[in-house]
Amino acid sequence: MLGKLDWSAIPFDQPIPLVAGAMVLVAILGVLTWVVVKGHLPYLWHEWITSVDHKRIGVMYVLLASVMLLRGGSDAIMMRVQQAIAYQSQGYLPPEHYNQIFSAHGTIMIFFVAMPFVIGLMNLVVPLQLGVRDVAFPTLNSVGFWLTATGALLVNVSLVVGEFSRTGWLAFPPLSGLTYSPGVGVDYYAWSLQISGIGTLVAGINLVTTVLKLRTRGMNYLRMPMFCWTTLASNLLIVAAFPILTATLAMLLLDRYLGFHFFTNEAGGNVMMFMNLIWAWGHPEVYILVLPAFGIFSEVVSTFSGKALFGYRSMVLATMAICVISFMVWLHHFFTMGAGPDVNAIFGIASMIIAVPTGVKIYNWLFTMYGGRIRFATPMLWAVGFMVTFIIGGLTGVLVAVPPADFLLHNSMFLVAHFHNVIIGGVLFGAFAGFEYWFPKAFGFRLDERWGKLAFWFTFTGFYITFMPLYIAGMLGMTRRLQHYDVAAWRPWMFVAAIGMAVLSIGVICQVMQLVVSIRNREALRDRTGDPWDGRSLEWATSSPPPVFNFAFHPDVRGEDAYWDLKTHAKQQLLGHHPEPEYQDIEMPKNSPTGFVCAFFATIMGFALIWHIWWMVILGGLGAFATFVVFAWRDHDEYVIPAAEVARIDGVNLEERRSLVSMAGSI
Amino acid sequence: MNLLDPQGPVAVANSQILVDSVFIMLVIVVPTIIAILAFAFWFRASNRRAHYQPDFVYSGRVEMVVWAIPALTVILLGGVAWIGSHQLDPAAPVPGTGSPVRIQAVSLDWKWLFIYPDQRIATVNTLTVPAGAELNFQLTSSSVMNVFFIPQLGSMIYTMNGMVTRLNLRADNEGKLQGLSAHFSGDGFPDMMFDVNVISPLAFPDWVATTAKTDSVLNEDSYKKLMEQGIERGRPTYRLEDPRLFDLIATQHIPPGPGPQIASGAGRPRSGGLDAR
Repeated sequence: MLGKLDWSAIPFDQPIPLVAGAMVLVAILGVLTWVVVKGHLPYLWHEWITSVDHKRIGVMYVLLASVMLLRGGSDAIMMRVQQAIAYQSQGYLPPEHYNQIFSAHGTIMIFFVAMPFVIGLMNLVVPLQLGVRDVAFPTLNSVGFWLTATGALLVNVSLVVGEFSRTGWLAFPPLSGLTYSPGVGVDYYAWSLQISGIGTLVAGINLVTTVLKLRTRGMNYLRMPMFCWTTLASNLLIVAAFPILTATLAMLLLDRYLGFHFFTNEAGGNVMMFMNLIWAWGHPEVYILVLPAFGIFSEVVSTFSGKALFGYRSMVLATMAICVISFMVWLHHFFTMGAGPDVNAIFGIASMIIAVPTGVKIYNWLFTMYGGRIRFATPMLWAVGFMVTFIIGGLTGVLVAVPPADFLLHNSMFLVAHFHNVIIGGVLFGAFAGFEYWFPKAFGFRLDERWGKLAFWFTFTGFYITFMPLYIAGMLGMTRRLQHYDVAAWRPWMFVAAIGMAVLSIGVICQVMQLVVSIRNREALRDRTGDPWDGRSLEWATSSPPPVFNFAFHPDVRGEDAYWDLKTHAKQQLLGHHPEPEYQDIEMPKNSPTGFVCAFFATIMGFALIWHIWWMVILGGLGAFATFVVFAWRDHDEYVIPAAEVARIDGVNLEERRSLVSMAGSI
Repeated sequence: MNLLDPQGPVAVANSQILVDSVFIMLVIVVPTIIAILAFAFWFRASNRRAHYQPDFVYSGRVEMVVWAIPALTVILLGGVAWIGSHQLDPAAPVPGTGSPVRIQAVSLDWKWLFIYPDQRIATVNTLTVPAGAELNFQLTSSSVMNVFFIPQLGSMIYTMNGMVTRLNLRADNEGKLQGLSAHFSGDGFPDMMFDVNVISPLAFPDWVATTAKTDSVLNEDSYKKLMEQGIERGRPTYRLEDPRLFDLIATQHIPPGPGPQIASGAGRPRSGGLDAR
């Protein structure tokens, strides 16, 4: 009846996951009770859960990423503590628990923190920057988000029901095969990623279509803000790369469920094929994450330097070059597998070539600052911190692209330090910069600068204290994923890294405090103009938060930095007179529970697949399919906002703006 | 295990390339970081002496320079990578004094088996080699993937079941080194560290002779016992019954290791499972 599931799946003998799981459960139940008792449920249902508004979905993506960042961060703290104390002892985490933690840490941080964070920001901002009212496929967008949430949920269920994968974040066979991992851990891993992978693919298709097909009048390709370009590149990579991940995991699952032999030791299975396939997705994945971050920094550096982006066309070229070359370097993840010298050298050189467009980007940001009038608001601090940190990560990255150097550094703590250097220093700093920068746009009030700067400084220094020692440990021969060790020389560096982790945690606490303080002081921090940073692109041309239809009129774009031109123009005219604009009815897509209901069934199906509960698999599958059929047979999917309502909403916004511009004009 | 304290020619060359590459890159990285900090500081909004140039958004010369600097660096490093990959291919010969020593390494769940087919002996978790001689490694795995790595001798390489990888090394100085597995392979992975005893070429035959007198014999049966999952705290040595044992393993005539033996269908491992197995 319940497949492999029985009471032994609950870790009654392991206090750490049990207590953690119980606390999370209590917290969730508490929030749910509060929502129901206070009567917020209808509001949540109508305004958020069923919303197909790209801004709402973007916010929910970022919220999911933030919550999962706390989970992945807890794993990180546990690992650093374990390695600090597990010298000539077992530490406090037995191997079967420690191995789950580093596997979960990697899986969560990449798939459920970095991915939803950047996809959320793209969702929120790109339609606004393009001057359009929504993404290409609004309901599909909602489906994508909820399927991602399903994946995250399943990963967390594994904390208390069964176990998570103990094979690392990429589940290399044959270790991840049925012979060597007979438990449900790898199944949790694979089904979570299969379900959330569909969500990511859907989001990618949606954003590519949005950028290619939905731009406002005059917004031709070479007038798009850099963030739209990097969004295009990143989502093209998603569309091209994620099917490879899906196919690879499908083959692994066939091995595990139906006795296939794609990646087994016996019967002609080939484990090296898995390595090739997973990295053929895995390397583009790195650029899927970091390209949007590059876009965010381009916007931030340009805005806070008070200058247009230096070498815009060069940046576009660099972005697209990275997009293409990122598919030609995957083999550098296993130089040490015994491929011949020609193969190793060619992939090593291809990997270095990516450093060229990346270096160009750094220099173009540098020259954007040159001759600027730089305001060091929190987003700009993250940007400068990123530039310095990312160069160091780039250096160590090119270093491990030299095959003979990689023969010493492969899989070492040096490598761990390198990819945290680029993922934290690049993607996470970028996500935080974007969060600080666009928060006022999403919620209508700025974030507290004092706590924001504290968060930056703690995170920045915490990062260096944590990861520089790992570089050194790697140079001392330390490999990754050690649950305990006997080498005295490594120990002091593990101590320092643990202290760094504490500093990093203070940074995260400051980030949370910033949010709390800002929400309390929201009236004082209110952004009435819609343009709190003196911005340059179209998202600042509408109110904060924008109305559901984003723009009352489709903006007319006449050059790069569309909104900056508009502002300059308006100041010159000093706004002599303004004819009352002629508003028209606006059609917007209707809310739809499709995404939520579909993800509900997908969760049931995923859980049932993991535990081999076949009747439930059929139930979940039919439910998800039926949801789509019902959605496909819909008659009306749009509603009309009457012109009078548009006029009322836009009038308020215009009033604020006029007072701003006339004030600026009079100065 | 310091990578910058190499004890053999392969490691010397590896670490030389590592250090050279870092210095080549530092030549442009350090000035760039200084420029970032300097520009950010000088062009701060409150600095009235800084000249605001909002229209400085394109310069052909600057573009040429910013594409050229990384490109030139990469051309230089690409040359280093190309030459280095060929000279330091793990399978490339490493000439040494005396006759080469053939060693067949097998990664087991969770220990290392070293077979000396010519000497008809085998050891677990200890690798004893003569200083100065070329060491010809053939490597495979009894079950999952591992990476054979002696940091101070250089060039790590994967071990995979049903496949043989090759690696040639040389240890130049007598003494004790340490090796490890550099690819996660399951619960006992941290205990896959092994000792490397580099002894004088004169003492090596004596060590072989002593080891050959061991009572325990390594044959198909005792190998199958050895490859069951578990940690080996001792340093057992064996007489090798059949010098073709490695080939039997690599060609899967001896089937791959059995993996964990769990009692029930429960999806969760017991705590302390390592000892139980």
